[in-house]
Amino acid sequence: MNTAPSHVAVASIRGTGTGATRVLGAISLALLVWLVVSALFLTPADVVQGDSVRIMYVHVPAAWVAYLAFITTAVASGCSLVRRHRTLGFDRVAGASAEVGVLFMGMALVTGSLWGRLTWGTFWQWDPRLTTTLFLFITYVGYLAVRQVDVDPQQRARRSAVIALLAVLEIPLVHFSVVLWRSLHQEASVLNADGDVRLDDLMLFTLFSGVVAFTLVFAWLVIHRQRLTALADTERVIGLDSAIAVRRAEVAR
Amino acid sequence: MKDLGFIVASWALTLGSVGLLALVTIRRARELSSRVPDERKPWV
Amino acid sequence: MKSIIVVARKDLRIEGRSRTLLARVVPFALLVLVLFAVALDSEPLILRASAGLVWMAILFATMLVVQRSFEIETSDAALDSVLSCTSSPSRVYFGKALATFVQLFALATLLVLCSVVLYGSRVDGDGLVLLVTVMLTATAGLSLVGTLYGVVVARLNGRDSLLPLLSLPVLAPLLIGAARATEAAFGSQTIDMSNGWAWTALLAVYAVVFGSAGAVAFAPLAQGDS
Repeated sequence: MNTAPSHVAVASIRGTGTGATRVLGAISLALLVWLVVSALFLTPADVVQGDSVRIMYVHVPAAWVAYLAFITTAVASGCSLVRRHRTLGFDRVAGASAEVGVLFMGMALVTGSLWGRLTWGTFWQWDPRLTTTLFLFITYVGYLAVRQVDVDPQQRARRSAVIALLAVLEIPLVHFSVVLWRSLHQEASVLNADGDVRLDDLMLFTLFSGVVAFTLVFAWLVIHRQRLTALADTERVIGLDSAIAVRRAEVAR
Repeated sequence: MKDLGFIVASWALTLGSVGLLALVTIRRARELSSRVPDERKPWV
Repeated sequence: MKSIIVVARKDLRIEGRSRTLLARVVPFALLVLVLFAVALDSEPLILRASAGLVWMAILFATMLVVQRSFEIETSDAALDSVLSCTSSPSRVYFGKALATFVQLFALATLLVLCSVVLYGSRVDGDGLVLLVTVMLTATAGLSLVGTLYGVVVARLNGRDSLLPLLSLPVLAPLLIGAARATEAAFGSQTIDMSNGWAWTALLAVYAVVFGSAGAVAFAPLAQGDS
């Protein structure tokens, strides 16, 4: 049964892009290309760590974006609870930012443990920063799982906002308790415990441009994904309306 | 270059997965966009 | 205060009639303790891990108790009737948390006794005071957080799997704190009594923080479609 109403004809297939997002996308792509070239070929190897320092240029920006995403989610969730007339808009931003954040945090964890294997000799260490990051990751996977459950958008907004704000309470407590927990143990002997890197100008600049590039990519993804959620919500309403219209027409006949 | 596998894997995984997400987002947006009239897209 | 106790008594009376805790949760928790011992298969290792294992079993049991606590509310939209009976939804929250706390504390007592019998843990005078304090604060935290996340998922499909996914990461600090403090109470060499008391303080802070959060968040979550 084809339920497409007539007014769909005027819909363009431009997707969720606009002039501004295209410019944003082009700039981020250019920066990413520069980042890859500079990080892999132009920058020197580190005195202590050697070439493994090249993982830093992708790991640190990814971790930065991951935390930025969760701050964005928390702020947007707070706004969606307070500003009642714009709840759904803020909720979509919160959801989109959490989706992108989970991806970046997963990548930060993976690249971090690859880097850790090279510098520490182990993939994983139960140090406070890593453990807190892992718990943050799991928490937001749960947040996304709740968003997947099909309920009324208003209710979904309220519920997920509360979960996001509870995560803000949870993370400092997790961090603090892991710090306290680990302080009782002797540190496992590692090749280079602090992983200190001395950065020259080009390395610092590359790292900085990595942070900027990833932040722009994050912005691009969040803009598109929150518009995508809006599209999906609207599409569902239209589908429902037209189904009702078709049914009415059948009854009237 | 020493540890080439680790370095390449880090970069490929990160950029690959981010690229994949971008691609999926654009394709899904195109698909949905054709079924929603322009006046209901605030950004158009 | 009175309505808190009324809600708690209602939940406990339902438990008294249906005996879910006795029939399902207690056997489950005991089974977990036995299975841990079988899996580790080394007596010194089990003794060393006993505090953590006891709290892992309580953590799993918390999931069951909280699920049960909201199972009785979601059938026949009972939560709406309970909410309409009291002036403030936060009293319903504290009432349900109190009922959960009573059940979990009883379970914790039983499991610690079992740990003494099965794992060979030992407690002396000072340790006993610490142990009881830890059990009180940790189960209070468990029931407050559990009840809060119980209401978060109460009206969702697939809540059985969402509850552990959402609440276990939040309960992790409680697990760390309770396990370390219990280890101190069991007289381990790696952690002394003063450290145990420090952990207990953290547990208390945790219960207060999440109790206040729950009191605020319960009302918007408990109400259905508005």
